[in-house]
Amino acid sequence: MQINELARSSGEWLRGSGPESDIVISSRIRLARNLADYPFISRATAADRMELERTLRDRILQLQPAHLEYVDVNKLEGLDRQFLVERQLISREHAESEGARGVAIDSSEQVSLMINEEDHLRIQVMHSGLDLSAAWEQINAIDDLLESKVTYAFNERLGYLTACPTNVGTGMRVSVMLHLPALVITRQIEKLFRSLQKISLAVRGLYGEGSQAMGDFYQISNQITLGRSEQALVKQVGDVVPTIIDYERKARDFLIRESHENLHDRVSRAYGILRTAQTISSEETMHLLSSVRMGVNLGLIADLEIPMLNKLFIYTQPAHLQKLSGSELDTADRNIERARYLRRSLNKEDGPPAEHN
Amino acid sequence: MKCLKCEKPATFHITELTGGKPQELHLCEEHAREYLTESDNEPSGSSNLTGALAQQLVGGTAEELARLDQQACPICGITFFEFRNQGRLGCPHDYICFQKELDPLILNIHGESAHVGKRPSRSPLNTERQTELIRLRREMKEAIQGEDYEKASQLRDEIRQIETSS
Repeated sequence: MQINELARSSGEWLRGSGPESDIVISSRIRLARNLADYPFISRATAADRMELERTLRDRILQLQPAHLEYVDVNKLEGLDRQFLVERQLISREHAESEGARGVAIDSSEQVSLMINEEDHLRIQVMHSGLDLSAAWEQINAIDDLLESKVTYAFNERLGYLTACPTNVGTGMRVSVMLHLPALVITRQIEKLFRSLQKISLAVRGLYGEGSQAMGDFYQISNQITLGRSEQALVKQVGDVVPTIIDYERKARDFLIRESHENLHDRVSRAYGILRTAQTISSEETMHLLSSVRMGVNLGLIADLEIPMLNKLFIYTQPAHLQKLSGSELDTADRNIERARYLRRSLNKEDGPPAEHN
Repeated sequence: MKCLKCEKPATFHITELTGGKPQELHLCEEHAREYLTESDNEPSGSSNLTGALAQQLVGGTAEELARLDQQACPICGITFFEFRNQGRLGCPHDYICFQKELDPLILNIHGESAHVGKRPSRSPLNTERQTELIRLRREMKEAIQGEDYEKASQLRDEIRQIETSS
């Protein structure tokens, strides 16, 4: 698969549809699996890794009726690997590790199967909006198909055996990505985190370092993988989401009611900067896009659509910008290119892309 | 007292208050800095594991810990020290050979000790034979490295036999 083809398209999960998609960006499930007849990755020799890659790649590409394209991650340039990370098709660890490894991706970018990540196989299914049940059915079917072709490491008592004991049992992580700007503005987000931790759900920010999430995106996922069925884990995460959506909506209502001018001002300024800036960092872009996204959902901005905004969050990241501009750029040049891309997209400028260099 | 993560003396004694009951961590300067600056990228990744492990190992004496650290898996060769150092196991058999240490750890992390979810539809009866392959392949590589080609070819035959019968 050509990474350049991917650069021209955008993933299904970005289309901004699906239930509750004003607040829920995506629903994702991943399964960790290992083959019974090989050591885990930390003890695997280079030869083991090559055999694992070959075996799993062959079995995956035989899957019917799925149409999957295979990318040899080990042969990719650093920029292309980073591109796949920004696209959420591979993990940062997978991009940065070494040796034989790869990923199979379906054309809608809903399904990705990482070979030789922390475990031999990591299957991931991602849907737009709040759609966990459908994601589970899809990933379960893929897992069944693969299991008919390979012998997974499985123990009667402990379930699927994984390289890290934190994943043992179901090997399943259920995650929902949420956009929660109003809870951040009203300073209620910390309180929400604490209550989620009490029911053993993990919260982390998207792209952010530490706890400060860039663009007010937060991912909620299960921490426990053993002793509960897959359906129970889907339900555990799925059941808490409507409550969080409700909190976020209430916080937005509160802001509209109590400080309409402030909110409208904040949203309009953010939109203004994004449409006119000449150089802009990734952090500032995420921060301002977040305000604009909330503004669109609250009807404060009429001439923008959510799928376009969702796309901007991804396409203004370093590797995407560089793929689009067709050249490697340093930070300063990226900031100029990012501002140019934002102006062009948000001002609906037509015509050929601006010249550069 | 030695650092929980390496052989250096522990000069930092950290009391971790988040996540359930307080736990004591004894670390050298380098690992203490690493621990304190660690950003929680994986929701339930290594920091959770490290914490749970530390909590569990606190009761033991230095000799007990040293003996435990030297235990190695007969299949993949990983020692317990390597496991707790990197937070990743070496092969499926580790769950059996380190069961005494891993069971309480798993209970601590998940609050449960038995799987209740999906199972492979094919009978996993030959899993042990599959695990055996890991050991045989490793021994074959070692035999080749030691230029014991007779042993290597015996091992190769054994491997083929299992591979073709499964």
